[in-house]
Amino acid sequence: MAKNTSSSAFRKIDVDQYNEDNYKEDDCGESQSPPVGPDEKEIINFINQGKNIEALKTVLRNAPISSRNQMVKDAALNVVMQVLLSMKSSQIEEAVNALDRDHLDILMKYIYRGFETPSEGSSGQLLAWHEKVHAVAGVGCIVRVLTDKKRV
Amino acid sequence: MPESLSFGIDPITAHAWNKDRTKLAISPNSPEVHIYHFQRGEWKLEEVLKEHDLKVTGIDWAPNTNRIVTCSADRNAYVWTQSEEKKWKPTLVLLRINRAATCVCWSPLENKFAVGSGARLISVCYFEKENDWWVSKHIKKPIRSTVTCLDWHPNDVLLAAGSTDFKVRVFSAYIKEIEERPVSTSWGSKMPLGLMMAEFSNSTNGAGGWVHSVNFSSSGDRIAWVGHDSSISVADASKGMAVSVIRTDFLPFLACLWVSENRLIAAGHGCCPMLFEVNETGKVHFAGKLDASLKKETSGVSAMKKFQSLDRQARTETNDTSLGTLHQNAITSVCLHTGNKANATKFSTAGVDGLLAIWDFNNLESAMRGLKFN
Repeated sequence: MAKNTSSSAFRKIDVDQYNEDNYKEDDCGESQSPPVGPDEKEIINFINQGKNIEALKTVLRNAPISSRNQMVKDAALNVVMQVLLSMKSSQIEEAVNALDRDHLDILMKYIYRGFETPSEGSSGQLLAWHEKVHAVAGVGCIVRVLTDKKRV
Repeated sequence: MPESLSFGIDPITAHAWNKDRTKLAISPNSPEVHIYHFQRGEWKLEEVLKEHDLKVTGIDWAPNTNRIVTCSADRNAYVWTQSEEKKWKPTLVLLRINRAATCVCWSPLENKFAVGSGARLISVCYFEKENDWWVSKHIKKPIRSTVTCLDWHPNDVLLAAGSTDFKVRVFSAYIKEIEERPVSTSWGSKMPLGLMMAEFSNSTNGAGGWVHSVNFSSSGDRIAWVGHDSSISVADASKGMAVSVIRTDFLPFLACLWVSENRLIAAGHGCCPMLFEVNETGKVHFAGKLDASLKKETSGVSAMKKFQSLDRQARTETNDTSLGTLHQNAITSVCLHTGNKANATKFSTAGVDGLLAIWDFNNLESAMRGLKFN
């Protein structure tokens, strides 16, 4: 293929799809989290009023994990980042203690996603979040970020 | 202090004991199986079984019939029997799989065994007298990926299998040629070969991790499994298949074992066996770490240690690189040593560090105050 045309497009073919043994994801269709994601205005209101912990709980509760729509997920990520970066370092510990285990897992997923696209000063703040969440939820929380197929 | 035996630097991928625990079969991450014999106070290498071409992935020793079954990545399994000269002779088992075998387990009555494989099926093998060979029957549906772990129900018919498709399933492995029809259990009454009696997902919303180990309790009503998402779950057939899960804070477990009807051990990447308990309502909770050992002296930096580390590593902090647990690397397998699943007093763990440790509950009890072992 490549010899006469020097094209390497063949490298992008997914040959696994033709294998009859290929494992296909279960299309469960169970959407336990709302496909829309958190309401941005409501969150910004919370932040402006200083109710940061409330804002954090709301975004985590409405995290669009089951959604297949990447834009919805990206929009949710932006909102979560705003909340995380708006909190002062002293408030982080209090906020983390107010969350339950499932929400801590979701929060850790967002922290790692936030690391992927750093902005000015964001990584330092996220590292502070990471430390506090790890102190409460242990390494199990980080393992679940890596193994969970439902990405944030 | 748990008794520990070091078998060199190679990881121990699988281990199995004979009936009176005087012999041990281990595989040091190679195609060989080493048989050790406890003589005059020490473990001596008695024989090396060399028949497999690729890494041995599972070993099981049938206590009453004294047969060893081994399975390997070379898609084969061998049943080893001891001849009169005390040498182990292999018999090939036709598994009819086109992928590696991953795990093997003798049934409670030792008349058959099951082999899990990457071919997305389980081979249930039994001995056919007319032709003098081991024959296999396949359980295929609806397994969608590699079978990683197996365990038999005490009734010798039901088989639990964990898989990399994030599910744990209970199948019927009833072979009509060699056994009577089974009586009904809490898992169901009709049990033709290959029927899936129950299926559990290793998470609440389709995610989760690969299932690393699955274990039936001594009554057979409960089944526990551990997954790569650091979770441990217990399902109870006598309570309408109710499932209780904990997503732990620890590193993922690789093996689990019931030590009484309400207590189970889990061990894995955290290098430390953990005890979990199931209460009356069926909920599982963490009961304690069993490795109460020896934190190496991290308190008080002695001048001697400082100069030693300066000399050897050119640094002044005494960063101890060894773990505070007995095992220095992940624990890959856990086996019953003394007692049975209803009441175990000792169990053994083997790990990637080449260490095999035997843990005694009677000793551990004194180390863990406040925990009642009855």
